Amino acid sequence: MVQADQLSRTKPRKRSPRPSGTVLGWPATVVFLAPAVIIFSVFVLYPMITAFSYAFFDWQGTARGAFSGVENFFTLFTAEPFKSELPRALMHNLLLFAGAMVFQNTVGLAIASFLYKRRRFKKLFQTLYTLPYLVSPLVIGYLWTLLLSPLFGPVNALLRAIGLGELAQPWLGQPSTALWVIVLVTAWQWLGFPILLYGAALGGIPEELTEAASLDGATAWQRFRTITLPLLTSAIGTVSILTFIGSMEALALPYAMGGSTGSPAGATDVLSLMFYRTAFESGASNAIGVSSALATLLFIFIFGVALAFTSIIRRRERKLS
Amino acid sequence: MSLLTEKKPAAGAPAAEQGRRRPARRQGGAAGRFAVSSFLWVYAVIAVAPLMVMVFSSLRTTREMARNPLALPLNPNFASYTKAWVQASFGTFFTNSLLVTIGSVLLSTVVSLLAAYALARSKSRVTAIIEAVFLSGLMLPVYLAILPVFYLLDGMGLVDNKFGLIMLYAALGIPFSVFVLTSFFRQLPLELEEAARIDGAGSFTMFWHIMLPLVKPAIATVVVFRFVPIWNDFFYPLILMRSKENYTLPVGLTTFFGEYQTDWPTLFAGLVIATIPLVVLFLVATKQIVAGLTAGMSK
Repeated sequence: MVQADQLSRTKPRKRSPRPSGTVLGWPATVVFLAPAVIIFSVFVLYPMITAFSYAFFDWQGTARGAFSGVENFFTLFTAEPFKSELPRALMHNLLLFAGAMVFQNTVGLAIASFLYKRRRFKKLFQTLYTLPYLVSPLVIGYLWTLLLSPLFGPVNALLRAIGLGELAQPWLGQPSTALWVIVLVTAWQWLGFPILLYGAALGGIPEELTEAASLDGATAWQRFRTITLPLLTSAIGTVSILTFIGSMEALALPYAMGGSTGSPAGATDVLSLMFYRTAFESGASNAIGVSSALATLLFIFIFGVALAFTSIIRRRERKLS
Repeated sequence: MSLLTEKKPAAGAPAAEQGRRRPARRQGGAAGRFAVSSFLWVYAVIAVAPLMVMVFSSLRTTREMARNPLALPLNPNFASYTKAWVQASFGTFFTNSLLVTIGSVLLSTVVSLLAAYALARSKSRVTAIIEAVFLSGLMLPVYLAILPVFYLLDGMGLVDNKFGLIMLYAALGIPFSVFVLTSFFRQLPLELEEAARIDGAGSFTMFWHIMLPLVKPAIATVVVFRFVPIWNDFFYPLILMRSKENYTLPVGLTTFFGEYQTDWPTLFAGLVIATIPLVVLFLVATKQIVAGLTAGMSK
């Protein structure tokens, strides 16, 4: 592989019997790449670059007005309702992230480490744990809305049935509980994914390592802390990055449970909902400009954090190996 | 990737260990094992119970549910399904979802296969950049580009059009598909193609007859795994679809929940209809789904 790499550092334009740079030869490579490159460029790349440019103009409805520099970004931080909605929504997204992280690195990790050595019912457990993750977040959101409904909801009925009737409450109707419900439901829905990933990573740890440690008298907890956990770094890192992206992009579940305004009283508002409202429901003449500015900030924030996170994990991995 | 194939226990510890103290049993004996098992079962119930309640409730009547929200459907009643399917147009939504999902998964898999093969078999800066651009799509919140996407499709006359949605989803599927397929193609030895080349095979023959059969497992992973997010997506059709006959299931659900507010069994039936294909897919293709979920690990 290394040799092939060095051989192929020639000019790509040249055609020769021994293809330079590719096994296929450049004409075939271009033909093979073209469909994907064209579709991706037209429907993903071009719109994304355009979205950036939208943010720097003043819009009157769908007509692009004058170049306005960072005016739209300024609006996000100085004008209502954006000024107060933005930090609140960001807080809620971060809470979603924190909730999922706590849940998957305690309960999820425990389940994965109990499960990976099991023979009996292992597949059954994996299937059961993964099911909620595959169901649409919109369906999950609506399902829990029905389950938690104040009068006829099964959750309150269950609480009354076991004598905890005073705990029955309109879970999604009051600001004090609505957000926590969404955080918990999200964490519950996502748990199957870390269980599978951690399970795969645990299966890759050579048994001799833990065996040797237990011969030396290490307790189960010591073995876990000093051997298993460090070897899980890359799996935990991968899961954390994907959880971060997922929590920042959360839309369907909050939409199903709190509507596009994040009811009650914005208690369940998240960044994507704020973007959706600004772009499609505000009716403001400069809706496109301001919402594109918000989209641009989110692009940079999510992509930036994900990249930084990835490089930190890579560095730690290299240190370990 | 081979998560579901059980690992064989390491055969016999080295003989030298025989003389030493026997290692303490892990999990601390029967009580410990019982605790672990109960923990696993309890969480299994927590994971699945809400979904079970969804299925049970769809088989009961509104009156039964008002009287007792938690009972089992002893006389299962399928009227809610007929109502959701016919009256609430879930039949149409279902067909649309199926068409859009299958169409876009097929298209994105085919173009990604071609691209992944070319990327895996070239070592130049140009292709490396193309690959990096594709892969960046895995980390970017692409849906935020919805406004330009809307105007783009509008300009092409593809707003409120299933074909437009298929093209869009196909494009969105390229990053993941290229990522999985490229790493798979890279593992295949070059000798195969060199031999075929000597026999006078052209690039496409080589791809079609030699490489494609070898990457079948990866194709299965990509197809199955892309199916799930497209089937579940509600954001793009919510904004791009105008008329009800073009709605996919998730966006159909959003209007349905406004219209049928008090008709609980029908609401639950709608949720079940939107979920069943995924559960079936998962049960027949667990391996591919798990491989897709753990694909990020190999990198």
